[in-house]
Order: sequence, then structure tokens, then C-alpha cells
Amino acid sequence: MSDKSHDPNQMTGAAMIVRALIDHGVTDIFGYPGGAVLPIYDEIFQQSEVQHILVRHEQGAGHAAEGYARSTGKPGVALVTSGPGATNMVTPLTDALMDSIPLVCISGQVPTHLIGNDAFQECDTVGITRPCTKHNWLVRDVNDLAKVLHEAFYVATSGRPGPVLVDVPKDVQFATGTYHPPRKSDVHRSYAPRVKGDATQIRKAVALLANAKRPVIYSGGGVINSGPEATKLLRELVEVTGFPITSTLMGLGAYPASGKNWLGMLGMHGTYEANMTMHDCDVMLCVGARFDDRITGRVDAFSPGSKKIHIDIDPSSINKNIRVDVPIIGDCGNILGDILQVFKAEAKKPDVKSWWQQIAQWRARNSLYYKKSNDVILPQHAIQSLFEATRGKDTYITTEVGQHQMWAAQFYGFEEPHRWMTSGGLGTMGYGLPAAVGVQVAHPDSLVIDIAGDASVQMTMQEMSTAVQYELPIKIFILNNQYMGMVRQWQQLLHGNRLSHSYSEALPDFVKLAEAYGAVGLQVHKPGDLDGAIQEMISVKRPVLFDCRVAALENCFPMIPSGKAHNEMLLPEQANDEATAKAFAGGKALV
Amino acid sequence: MNQPASAYFIEDRHDPNETHTLAVLVQNEPGVLARVIGLFSGRGYNIESLTVSETEAQKHLSRITIVTTGTPMVIAQIKNQLDRMIPVYQVVDMTQTKRSIERELAMVKVRGQGEHRVEALRLADAFRARVIDATTESFVFEITGNTDKINQYIDLMRPLGLVEVSRTGVAAIGRGPEGM
Ligand SMILES: Cc1ncc(C[n+]2csc(CCOP(=O)(O)OP(=O)(O)O)c2C)c(N)n1
Ligand SMILES: [Mg+2]
Repeated sequence: MSDKSHDPNQMTGAAMIVRALIDHGVTDIFGYPGGAVLPIYDEIFQQSEVQHILVRHEQGAGHAAEGYARSTGKPGVALVTSGPGATNMVTPLTDALMDSIPLVCISGQVPTHLIGNDAFQECDTVGITRPCTKHNWLVRDVNDLAKVLHEAFYVATSGRPGPVLVDVPKDVQFATGTYHPPRKSDVHRSYAPRVKGDATQIRKAVALLANAKRPVIYSGGGVINSGPEATKLLRELVEVTGFPITSTLMGLGAYPASGKNWLGMLGMHGTYEANMTMHDCDVMLCVGARFDDRITGRVDAFSPGSKKIHIDIDPSSINKNIRVDVPIIGDCGNILGDILQVFKAEAKKPDVKSWWQQIAQWRARNSLYYKKSNDVILPQHAIQSLFEATRGKDTYITTEVGQHQMWAAQFYGFEEPHRWMTSGGLGTMGYGLPAAVGVQVAHPDSLVIDIAGDASVQMTMQEMSTAVQYELPIKIFILNNQYMGMVRQWQQLLHGNRLSHSYSEALPDFVKLAEAYGAVGLQVHKPGDLDGAIQEMISVKRPVLFDCRVAALENCFPMIPSGKAHNEMLLPEQANDEATAKAFAGGKALV
Repeated sequence: MNQPASAYFIEDRHDPNETHTLAVLVQNEPGVLARVIGLFSGRGYNIESLTVSETEAQKHLSRITIVTTGTPMVIAQIKNQLDRMIPVYQVVDMTQTKRSIERELAMVKVRGQGEHRVEALRLADAFRARVIDATTESFVFEITGNTDKINQYIDLMRPLGLVEVSRTGVAAIGRGPEGM
């Protein structure tokens, strides 16, 4: 008896949770208390190694943890109570799953003997979150807890990263058991993600690259997830080959936007030159991207004449949407290193001069063109001004979802990875503000800006209160067009301009709202006042809600209409009513 | 191709469907079957038959045998999606190996009199089905075989007074000395 009481590894489940966080180097977690996690909160109260950020809604905790993870490369951690606490986490977990973000969520559960009894604040958390986590666990025995927690961190951060959830009943939190530090045997023997690429496939890939006449590199979020080494190697590969490079929404920043081989983002709202290069290329190197439907356009007309190389750590990404010729399964960084090595030893720089000439012609179409105005702020112009004002500063950008998100991707130039946090796969309105909270917690001295929409920002506005409490000087830069602009655009293009419920009537006064939270509110209407107001926003060392009133009916172009291929983009100068109607003509009568 | 007004690209896919039998070796832990079934329902894959049982108790290993249909690309997806689940050790496409034996067991209850009883017994004999329960007006037959054979037997029993059927679903194993 007395032996055990002196064993430092004997502790309660609640203490093990905090101890495991410390052992995994966690310094900040985001959470919200409730009955089923009170023992854990009691442990948090009695230590100072892990800082807990109290959010205002569990969804905010999840997105904040995502922002934290994306901007640091470390796992984000969220702590929520049973029942409604856990169900409020479903959106961020799904978001993190879609965008491969490492997240560890710990949820409280009703005591084991009550599970299945419809107890107060009981829900089937592991059942509900099974399809929206990479893996999840219900821990019924305190002596399994250490192993499960260590495995959870390993699963979240290894292979293709993703969210995991550990559900801990309250009696397990109270019970005393044996803790052990992380060790190899904590992990399922059945889980062994492949890291190193197959040498034969790598040689095949190099042979294709070396003989390419019209090559393109198409990179994605996997490069950023893989870590700084992968980014470095990607840049080196572009340098060594001289190939053009484009990227998905998730991959922005892996190659610098100011780099001379940069084509801009590809896909539905990508640049003309990026999409045409993809369409007409003869060799495509896809690194850490997944041929998602916003990228490919019409699948049967996607880059019809190319040989495709696909590097991905997840075998299920291979041949999911697009059949590829040379799949290479493994970690991007590892494989890029091998490709470079073989390329440098055996190949010489391919001659792609005439390809670049062709690309220059596409580029000359100036597909991001928009008409500036002296009377009203164009949203594109607002992003450009923001970019100019923050250029060279230590800046992180998050976004909500909608037109403003696409304009941010098109007009804000990212030079480094981990600087761009957006909800790509799930498209979660309300992601950006809490994500900015998480980013600012990780980088207290950096400039953190959420490029927001007037509708999205209201979904998680309550986290302003968190920002004020923890003195997190996040800047919420709202492109306020008074519409759910992206919805309105689709309704205009596809549904006869019947603007069903896409107008935000009764918008709050964002300036007063900011003040009510104890933050700073700014508003600007005139293009001439924009730069000054942005400077003011940057210099204020407090949270700011910036109400940037922009042109209400501006559309986001260029655009690949549904059912069309990359070479059938609608460019801004063509987007008059008639051309638009024709581009979108299909089964339904369109105006 | 006619496109309805949609934010999604709608494709017609024309590849023919194939039927495959997959053997999936998993860690026997709570929720593992729910994960596998959830994958199929969540991603819209078909399950024609599914059987599961612990096969190596000491190592906590279970074997799930799934018969599914889909285009070759979908079948490949299913295998990859299964394989990446944390508690899954191995996925073997028994159909692709072309060296597998598949069996199902069915219990078939038939009720009737006179000629029908005689006929049912005669057919049972031809199919090597055994009588495992009998009353003066009914039989329960036990029959083992591949899915086609069992379907055929059940069809034959129908006019003879078929009452109900209970089937185990398909189990599969490779031929030859090697294990999975
Ligand atoms: C949670 C959620 N609900 C609905 C949608 C569908 N949706 C996509 S964009 C959008 C409008 C966004 O409006 P706003 O935030 O004002 O951005 P804007 O497009 O005007 O820039 C909506 C409703 C979504 N992406 N997420
Ligand atoms: Mg809007």
C-alpha cells in the first residue's frame, strides 16, 4: 500500500491528462469547462506549465486549436465537456480532418456506469466523432489512459496528420492508476504510415521530369504539413528544374508568391495561367495535393495530355479522382529529397523556354483584373492595400469562407508556409476569427489578421471576448459587402439572380459591437481613407473589428463554371451577362 | 453533358461494376466493426455480405470478410480506405488473388406435406444439405457452399414451402500452404 503511494507515477486520470500534455510539449490548450471535465480543470488550476485559454464556445476552441496547429506545425489541443461540449466540437474536428490538421481533443464523458443510460449530458461521443476523426478512443480503465493519450498524439501528428479524440468518463478521471511516459509500444502495431518513397517509382518520376517539354509542379497542403524541409526542397526543385509551379488553396506559401516561377493558385478561382498550364502540360508533378473537385474542374477533361506523378503520404489519395501514372507513397519532404538527388545526378535542366513563352501569353490575359473605383472600395483593392501595408511584417492571415477568402488567396502574396490559415476542405464559415485567436496565442508578438466576410464573422463573433480577455490583438478585417457574397454570386450565375436569403438584413454596427466587447472598432467607406485606416488598425495593440465597406455586388473571377474544363475559364473582362449566361448554360434555363 | 445549375461537377461514370471479396485483419477492439461499416455507409460503398469473428484470441485479432461491388477505381479506394484505418492490419483482395475459396452456410426452413416433402428431401440430397431439425410438417436444412449454390437451393425450395432462411454471409480463405 504505502509503496504505491510514494510512486510518482501513481496518479488520478485527471492528473495523467495534464501530465501527458506536458510530456508532449504542450504549452497552450483551448477549452471550456463542464461537469464531466471538472476533475481535469481542477488539475489545470493547480499547475502553471500548461496555459488554458477559455473560449466562449467549444467550436471556437476547436478552430483556435487548428489555427495554433497550422501556424506552428505542432498539434493543437482542445478540452471540452460531455454532451453539448462534445457535439460543439464536431465542426472543427471535421474541418481538421478535411484539411489534415493535427488536433487532439479531450472530452469528458459521464461516469462509466451511466454510459448508455441517457444520463445528463451524455452523448455517444465516440460514435458521433468516429467519421470526423482520424481515430478516437473511449477510455474505460484509468490504467489504459496513459497509453491512449500517447497514442493519440502519435496518430494525430504522424503520417497524414488529422484530428483525434479521447473520451474520458468522469470516474476514470477520479480513479488512481499508473502513468508512464510516452514509449514506442503505445501505438497500434497495425498503424505504420509509410515515409520513404519507392526507389523505382522515384526513378520513373525523374525520367518523366527530365524529358518534359511542358511541365508543371502542382503542390498542396501536404508540403506544408511535411515541415520546413519539404518547403526548402520544393523551392530547390523549382530552381533546379526551372519548372512553373502552382498550388492549391491549402498549399499557398510553400513556394513564395514573389518567386519567378509562381503561376498563382489553381482551380475554380485560380489564375488563367495556372489552369491553362495544368490543362496543356505534358508532365504534372503533384506534391501533397489530392486532385480535389475544386481543383480539377471536369474530371474527364482534366489535363488530358499529361503524364501525372503523384506524391502523397495517404495511399487512399492515389487514383481517387484522377488516374495517375506514377504514384509515389510517402512523405513529401523525404521523396522530394530523393527526386532531387537523382535528378541532380542524372538529368540536366530541361529546356522549357518555349513553354514559358506560352505561359507568358496566358499571363498577359491578366485574369485577376478588376476595375478600381474612386467612390467605392473594391474588395480586391482592399486586400491589395492590406498586403502592401503588411508586406515584410511578421504577419499571419486567417480567413472565413466566401468571396473574401478567394480574394485573399488571389491578392495576398504568401512568402512562407504556416502563414495562411483557411478552411479549405470543409469551407467552414466562422473558422477565421477563432483560428486567429489560436494563431495569436502561439505568436503573441506577430500581426494576426482574419480576412473576414460580414456573414461568416457573425458565426463565431463571441470569440472577440476571448481575444479581449487574453489581450490577443487580433485584427478582424471584414470585407463588408452586406451579402453572403459567394452565395449571391452563385445565385446570380446559376439561379436567375433570385437572391434567396443571401442578403444580410440587420447587420450589426460592427464598430459598436467591437466597443461592446472592449475591443476597437474602425469603419471605412471611401477608397481614399483605406490606407490610413489600415495603418491605424495595425498600430493599435488591441483586438480590432475593422468594418471595411466594399462594393456590394462584385463577383469573384476568374472562375471555372461547373461542368467545364480548365481551358474554359470565365475571365473577368468576359464576364458580361451574356457570356456568363453562356458559360453556365446547362440543364436549367439560366439568365 | 447537361449540367444542372450546381456548385458541383456532375459526372457520369460508365466503368462496369465488379464484385470483390475482401479479407480484412483487424485489432479486435470496441468500435472496430462500426468503423468499417461506417466507412462503407459514409462513402456510399456497397456491402453485399459481411462476416466478422475473432480468429486469434490471444493476439486480439478479428477477421472481417466483406463482399462488395464497385468500379475498379472504387474497389481500389475501398481497399485503401480500409487499409489506412488505425486498427486495420491488412486488407487482402481475395478476388484479385484468384486463389480463394468462399463458403457460406445457410439454414433453410421448409414446411409442407406429401409430395413436397419428398421432393425437398431429394433436392437436399442432391445439394448435400443436411436435415438438422424435422417435424411431421417441416424440415430445417443446413447447407454449405458458395453463394450461387445457396441461392440456387433456396430458389428450388420456394415452391416446396420455403418458410425462412438464415445465412452466415461469406467467409473466404486462400488456397495453398501460405497464410494471409
Ligand atoms: C457554416 C457554413 N454555412 C454555410 C456555408 C455556405 N456559404 C459559403 S460562402 C457563404 C457566404 C459567406 O458570406 P460572407 O461571410 O459575407 O462572405 P462573402 O462571400 O460575402 O465575402 C455561405 C453562406 C458555409 N460555407 N459554411
Ligand atoms: Mg459578405
